[in-house]
Amino acid sequence: MEGLESDLEDMRQYFRSGKTKDAAWRQSQLKGLLLFMKENEKDIFKALKEDLGKHHAEAYRDEIGTLRKSINFALQGLKEWMSGKAAKLPKIALLTSAELVPEPLGLVLVISSWNFPFGLSLEPLIGAIAAGNTTVLKPSDLAPACASLLANVLPTYLDNKAVKVIPGGGAVGEHLLQQKWDKILFTGSARVGRIVMSAAVKHLTPVVLELGGKCPAVVDCLSSSWDKQVAVNRIIVSKFGACAGQACIAIDYILVERRFASTLVDLMKVMIKKMFGENPRETNSVARIVNRQHFLRLKNLLSDSAVRNSIVYGGSMDEKNLFIEPTILVDPPLDAAIMAEEIFGPLLPIITLDKIEDSVTFINSRPKPLAIYAFTKNEKFRRRMVSETSSGSLVFNDAVIQYAADTLPFGGIGESGVGKYHGKFSFETFSHYKAVVRRSFLTDFWFRFPPWNDYKLSLFEATYAFDYVGMLLVILGLKRYRYN
Amino acid sequence: MATVEEQKTVFDMDAANMLNKELRDVFASGKTRSYEWRISQLKSIIKMCDDHEEDIADALRQDLSKPELESIVYELTMLKNSCTLALKELKHWMMPEKAKTSLTTFPSSAEIVSEPLGVVLIISAWNYPFLLSLDPLVGAIAAGNAMVLKPSELAPASSSLMAKLLPEYLDSSSVKVVEGAVSETSALLEQKWDKIFYTGNGRVGRIVMGAAAKHLTPVVLELGGKSPVVVDSDIDMQVATRRIIVGKWGCNNGQACISPDYIITTKDCAEKLVGSLKKELETFYGKNPLESKDLSRIVNSSHFARLTKLLDDDKVSGKIVYGGERDEANLRIAPTILLGVPQNSLIMKEEIFGPLLPIFIVSKIEDSFDMINSGTKPLAAYLFTNNKKLKEQFVMSVSAGGVVINDIALHLAVHSVPFGGVGESGTGSYHGKFSFDAFTHKKAVLYRSFVGDAAVRYPPYTRRKLTLMKALITGNVLTILRALLGLS
Repeated sequence: MEGLESDLEDMRQYFRSGKTKDAAWRQSQLKGLLLFMKENEKDIFKALKEDLGKHHAEAYRDEIGTLRKSINFALQGLKEWMSGKAAKLPKIALLTSAELVPEPLGLVLVISSWNFPFGLSLEPLIGAIAAGNTTVLKPSDLAPACASLLANVLPTYLDNKAVKVIPGGGAVGEHLLQQKWDKILFTGSARVGRIVMSAAVKHLTPVVLELGGKCPAVVDCLSSSWDKQVAVNRIIVSKFGACAGQACIAIDYILVERRFASTLVDLMKVMIKKMFGENPRETNSVARIVNRQHFLRLKNLLSDSAVRNSIVYGGSMDEKNLFIEPTILVDPPLDAAIMAEEIFGPLLPIITLDKIEDSVTFINSRPKPLAIYAFTKNEKFRRRMVSETSSGSLVFNDAVIQYAADTLPFGGIGESGVGKYHGKFSFETFSHYKAVVRRSFLTDFWFRFPPWNDYKLSLFEATYAFDYVGMLLVILGLKRYRYN
Repeated sequence: MATVEEQKTVFDMDAANMLNKELRDVFASGKTRSYEWRISQLKSIIKMCDDHEEDIADALRQDLSKPELESIVYELTMLKNSCTLALKELKHWMMPEKAKTSLTTFPSSAEIVSEPLGVVLIISAWNYPFLLSLDPLVGAIAAGNAMVLKPSELAPASSSLMAKLLPEYLDSSSVKVVEGAVSETSALLEQKWDKIFYTGNGRVGRIVMGAAAKHLTPVVLELGGKSPVVVDSDIDMQVATRRIIVGKWGCNNGQACISPDYIITTKDCAEKLVGSLKKELETFYGKNPLESKDLSRIVNSSHFARLTKLLDDDKVSGKIVYGGERDEANLRIAPTILLGVPQNSLIMKEEIFGPLLPIFIVSKIEDSFDMINSGTKPLAAYLFTNNKKLKEQFVMSVSAGGVVINDIALHLAVHSVPFGGVGESGTGSYHGKFSFDAFTHKKAVLYRSFVGDAAVRYPPYTRRKLTLMKALITGNVLTILRALLGLS
């Protein structure tokens, strides 16, 4: 970490040179990112397998594929995003123009998480680069092979004076947080999110905090067997198939009507076997737990006997290989840790309710989650979910897939986060939209200038209210302007 | 015999906590979310302004000796404009925004739904006490929130008038006013809010953000800075001078966040500029500006002392070319111009926020850009020029909350552009629809159908599935077709 301050000063200097504002520079960097992923795909898959036991299909679907899509989306939109937008002016503003001009913030910091080490590092980087900033990226040390690839190989594809990768753990993170940044985008837990925002206070640095929470999936009674099948498929893949449930938008728990619960569980048991096979650890169809600390945390969630008794499927844990098989629980006690904290693992509690509408109160009595999922065809219930619950996003009849939508903002609310990105929102979050008003010397309202009198006041009022007729009447001496 | 003493209710931590709880319950009831509630509140604000125009102008006279025209135009009319715009556009603002969906999530439809954040805290400043309290309030109401307003204690007549009028005109169960100073504000800041909107200085802005960090509360900080005015040669000097004067001394006597703080110009231009300023200042404010009714006074003695210290700084002795008169008893300082101040003088270091206008000389006008960029980003930057190239260079290279060419402060009145700072001058913005957005959560809603399920998403993962999945993610029709036909 020696020389960090001077390295950052060099980056600020580079930013001041204007190089990163150039559209061609931004495009070349984005293309560099594409090339990095294309030429190192095998090594990226290898690193993800090593750090998390991810299957390369999962790696492609959740990280590489979505990144490529996002880069192409940014390349396509860049010119339009960079252009100023004219702002409407009232008629009275003669010979005046107003526009919004996006400009980069300067030097930004991206701190990413270990569960989607490439996705959560590079998705923000796309926005920072597209907006014309210089960036420092700190990948998580809990995914060391991925961090090493990012630190050693990625810089060879990008402009090193503008993009630096500084790997490390808590100490490195702390040191970085002491510096002056123009924006910080952090992905991780709410506990560390508070530390990041508190550190940002010193320099009044604006932050985006992508945190987590307990994302519920509300499953209504579905009658059609096709619908039931599709719902179960999507639930299972969104829980166990996305980094073994270690994802901020993974389904944390399910809410279902008591009378439908057993149907749901039976279907799920069948599909888990079908999708993940007899030996999911060996086939890597389910990722493993990232490290011993998290493994023990998850093991502990099942230590309570009442919780253990509620297990209806799975539950076996392989400490040596840090592997937990997909596990379903029905109605563990609501005050148990597994229902109080974010699970972030392949344990799926199902909570049964008298009627599905009770899910609204259930969800609202807890902190606002990053996402709420609702599997239902009931139009009225859907409308209630939209207007009576609050979350970063709300998805009907699917889960996790909102991550791939370029036109939807991705971010939380309350405990689940501050700010948003993805698509054009990434560009916006790393930009300052400067208001620019241009006037001519030629026109002026003589009544703008002191000394003041009632006549001038009347005219002023009329002008500000854009009341052209009123102005005329005042000038003609036919009215002393006053609102009614 | 004991006398019954009326105890003043102290607004402490418990009171703040109870208030917060009470507002949460009101918000949870859904009352503030209805279109009708929002419209009725906005209409009431307009009525309040109309019914009590004199009282308001009076309070402003007491707090700041603010000229009646400034009170009515800059505080009341601008506020009523905000309300009128919100009344006109609210239905449109409240509607969900459709979002395009791509083949990646096909079939699906998506929208972005605006929902209120919940219970918000607005802390305002003393220089435009009504506008800076009620303009954010308009946004919070339009967005459907419940709120607490804490007006500045440094404008006490305005604060107590708002504490009296707001409960009379607005829904007092959802819109609360808490008067007070440091301890009341601290008690409020300990609570959990869904957003905090603060107008003031960077020092307190940090305290606000620090308190917000504990609850992960997002903030809007409308701060300040040294807003520079670059004056080029070959311009209509009279028009420029008049605009500078009315933007500086005509806006609360320089006590405004977007006030032109200092001027940067070349040596030759400076002489013409000073001549023109002197002439126009005398036309506007007469030979005895200390007695002009068209100038606000300095808000209080501590700011008066702060400003006189800037004038008495050794480094600027002999630089005063106009004004400099002070009247401590009446807290008045005359419009003052200083020419050729050194960069390390006190007056060039901190935000002036008063009727002193230093002029800094550079050898060529382009040098001013580097000078501005070497400091912290200001809330506004101004340039007077006829040179097209210079204009574009300025817009491209000077970073500030807002930039105005050939005028001062206008962007405040244009509701189609956001008003806010960047870096030290602030975070977030408001005015017009941006006020609504500042107090709104934009929730992403994605509707997926059960029809059409791509098996490629699910394990077991086969080579064929992977190929098809790769194609699907690109969202490109041809790529997908090729994959389906096994051609890639």
